[in-house]
Parts: sequence; C-alpha cells; structure tokens
Amino acid sequence: MTDATATQAGAKAPAVTRKPANPGGPRMDHRLKTTVASLGLLALVLLAWQYLPTALDVPKYIIPTLTDCLFELKRMWLYDGLTAHTLSTALYTLLGFAIGSLLGATLGYLLGMSAFWEKVLSPYILALQIAPKVAFAPLFIMWFGYNSVPKLLVTVLIVFFPVLVNVLQAMRTVDRDLINLARAYSLSRLGIFWKIEMPSTLPNLMAGLRIASTLAVIGVTVGELVGGNTGLGYLISYGGGQANAAMVFNAIVLLTVIGFVLYSALVRIEDRVLHYLPKAHG
Amino acid sequence: MALEFRAVTKVFPTNAGTPLTAVSGVSFRVDEGEFVSVVGPSGCGKSTILSMTAGLYQPSEGEVLVSGTRVDGPNAHVGFMLQKDLLLPWRTIISNIEFGLESRGVPRAERRARAIAELRHCHLDGFETQYPYQLSGGMRQRAALARTLAIDPEIILLDEPFSALDAQTKLLLQNSFAKTIAEAGKTTLLITHDLAEAVLMSDRILVLSERPGTIIAEIKVDLPHRNEPIKRRVLPEVSDYAAQLFKHLKLEEKAA
Repeated sequence: MTDATATQAGAKAPAVTRKPANPGGPRMDHRLKTTVASLGLLALVLLAWQYLPTALDVPKYIIPTLTDCLFELKRMWLYDGLTAHTLSTALYTLLGFAIGSLLGATLGYLLGMSAFWEKVLSPYILALQIAPKVAFAPLFIMWFGYNSVPKLLVTVLIVFFPVLVNVLQAMRTVDRDLINLARAYSLSRLGIFWKIEMPSTLPNLMAGLRIASTLAVIGVTVGELVGGNTGLGYLISYGGGQANAAMVFNAIVLLTVIGFVLYSALVRIEDRVLHYLPKAHG
Repeated sequence: MALEFRAVTKVFPTNAGTPLTAVSGVSFRVDEGEFVSVVGPSGCGKSTILSMTAGLYQPSEGEVLVSGTRVDGPNAHVGFMLQKDLLLPWRTIISNIEFGLESRGVPRAERRARAIAELRHCHLDGFETQYPYQLSGGMRQRAALARTLAIDPEIILLDEPFSALDAQTKLLLQNSFAKTIAEAGKTTLLITHDLAEAVLMSDRILVLSERPGTIIAEIKVDLPHRNEPIKRRVLPEVSDYAAQLFKHLKLEEKAA
C-alpha cells in the first residue's frame, strides 16, 4: 500500500500528494554515500589494474595495464577503423534486438490468445529455448555465407525467446476478472486485447526486453567471432590471434558499453511507460 | 420487474469428472428500485447467481430475465462490482470511469461529461487525474461504483464490494453507496457473507443453503433508513433480523 491509504474514505478526503515532499534529507545523503563508495571502488580497481600486473611481473600479452589498453585504443582508432567496427556492432545489436523482440512479442501475443496453438507449440518452443542459440552460428554461415546475415540471425534467435516467454507468461496470468469486466461492458475480442491484455502484460514485456537487450550483444559478438571481418567480435578474434590482449580488452569494454547504453535506454523507456506503477522506495 | 430468476440451475463440468451443481432451482424476483441481498455460506453459488445475471455464463436449466428480456450474453442493462475494484492501473480515475462507455459508441465529450457527473456523485472531485495506486481502498471502491453507474445500468450487482475494507471505512462506504444508489434509483443485488451488512442495506434478504445453493428463506427487512445504514445500524430491531439470519444459516449448530 502507498501513503494514500492513510487518507480517510470520508467525503472530505484531502488531495493525495504525488510524492513525499522531502527533497534532500536523509535519502539524499544516502545516495551521495553510495555514489562516493561506487566511484572509490572503481578508482581502486583501475589503480590495481595499472600497477599490479607490472608489480607481479605479468607480461603484457597476458594482462595489459590500463595505460597499455588506452594506447592500444588510440592505435585501433587511428589504424584499425575502430569507429566503423564499433558502429557496425552497435547497428547489428540494435537491428537484431528490434527484429527479435518484435517477432517474439508478436508470437507471444498470438499464442497468448489461442490456448490451442500454445499447447501445440509449447514443447517445441521449450526445446528451442533450451538449445544453445549461439551454436547455430556456424550453420548460419554455411547457409548464408560470410556476410552480415548469420550474425543478425543469431541475434534475432537469441533475443526472440526471453521476449516470447515473458509475453506468453503474462498473457496467461491476465486477471480473469478484468477480462470478465470488459466482457460485461461488451468489448470485442480485439478491444479486450488492446484495452486489457496489452497494458496488463506491458510490465512483463518490458522485463523481457531488458533481458533481451543484454543477450543481443552476445548474439552479435558470437556471430562476428565465428565469421566475417567487421565488428568488435571480429576484432576480438583478430586480436586474440595476434596475442594482442589489449585489443581484446578494449573490444570487450566497448561491447559492454553498447549493451549498457541499450539497457539504460530501455530502463528509461520503461520508467516512462510504466509510470502508473507505484515505485518501491529505495 | 427488474430481475427475475426462473427455476435456475447451474452445473459446472469439473476436471474430476463429476459435474458440480452450484445452484439448483433458484427462483426469485427483484422489483424496480429494490435493494436485495443474497447471503449464504461460502461456496453456495452466490457469485454464480451474479455471473448469470451479468450474462457471463448461461444457466444450465431455467432462465434469467432482466427487465423482462432473457439474458443470453453480456448486456448493457447490468453493471457489476466485485470485492476487487478492478480499476485499470494504467488509466487515470476519470478515464477508468469512462471505460464502460467506450464500447458503446458514446462520443468522447459526452463520455467525459457523464464521468465527471458520476465522479461528483461518488465524492471523488479533484481525483480525476490521479492513478488508482494513489487512492485508498475505500476511494478506489467509490471510483469503481462511479464506473458502474456511468453506464446507467438498470441493475447493479455488488459482489462483496466491502469485504476487503477495514471496519470503519466499510461503514462509511456502505453509507455512501446506499445514498448514491438510492439517489440514482437503481435496482441492486448485493452478494455478501456479512449478515449485518445485509440487514443494514437491504429491503429484502434471500438466504441460500449450502451447495447446491437453493433459497431457503426470504426475509423482508421492515426498517427505515435504507439509504442511510449508519442510522439503521442503531435500531434495536437490527439484531433480531441478524438473529433470524443466524438461525437460517444454522450457525449455532455449526459452532457447537
């Protein structure tokens, strides 16, 4: 229950305020503390990364130091077309994520509306969901060649399932009483979908998309690792072949950044779309 | 005649194979503007009666008539409310109240006007743009009543709408519901397991037996202040009526 419960149910109930009116206060202090601690930890890790390998005599091709990586980053940017590789990976991550989640959501909603087809298809969906999707990458290369189709397909496939499963699960658990209410108000099947089922399942859809966004990066990376000559995944396999650990490190960091940006964008969108849900204070 | 049940029996198929008879041979009538309560032990088919009136499913035998017409599907004459307020969390209060009007081809401006009028009746002025989570349980139930009244139904079905509320809120809400319903002149069927509530709010009480539910008694509540349960509550006769219900439901024997 929210703080609104405190208001009397009587006729002269005072307006409920949207948020507790205490800007600053102990919560602010608390947030500052966690930020400082977080940044402190980061600084500590970076320092250890810079000085520990040399101190422990670990060679550069095993663990490059922070500055090694930064120099390599500059070199990659100047001579290896790092920008193009990064943009290519980002593009295919986004594209694969969009196509995969669109397909997953569509199939999820269709199956959610037909108990019959859901029962018919669910064993196969389960089997495909368990099968390691990245293992399909070599097959796709055999079928479609060394171009961008295989990595896109792997990404679509890997993104597809969490979205599908989340939507399907949510469709199964839509409040029956809400649907009965809509029926009593003579809403059509389509009306029930758009006005009840779609909004009811939105939180689960968003959760599915968030999971999918992190997997999209994995899909593209595997696709690029296995075949092709563009993208950060390719730079990883290239750098690995040359015992250039710094290059691999940099590519991993950039992949993480791509995933992080996509994830944060989704969290932003989710906050906007699901603004009507009471937020847990924390 | 606003509502009539004619020898209604409802049998549900079950997974176990033996069909379950929820209600059997139920006949009763509710006059226009009357407030009738249905009480009975849990699982006696009270909600089945409600769902059949709303047209959510059909009787296995017999028929249900609303305003003289046989109910054979969800229809515009009946508005229902459950223990859960069933407000759509993604809609503001005003747009929740409009919800029932949307599938009826009511133009947008008129929808809004009717919703605002009902908002007033249910004392929710100023809460139009709030979301359900920002309201207390009692206020949410009043918003649900406003939504039910907005479609201007001939009959209002209430399925234990007060049972999830604390005692104080319940009393205030019973009072506000009784007033609003009396002002609107609506025929009402209240399903409840709260015997006092039935006595405080009704013109007549139907007592159902255990499953399969049949009507074992019909009690006319001859007390003033039907539209103000808070006033009726202090009348000494109230406890006599409650005692009668008690006896019909054989609660003393069960407690022994």
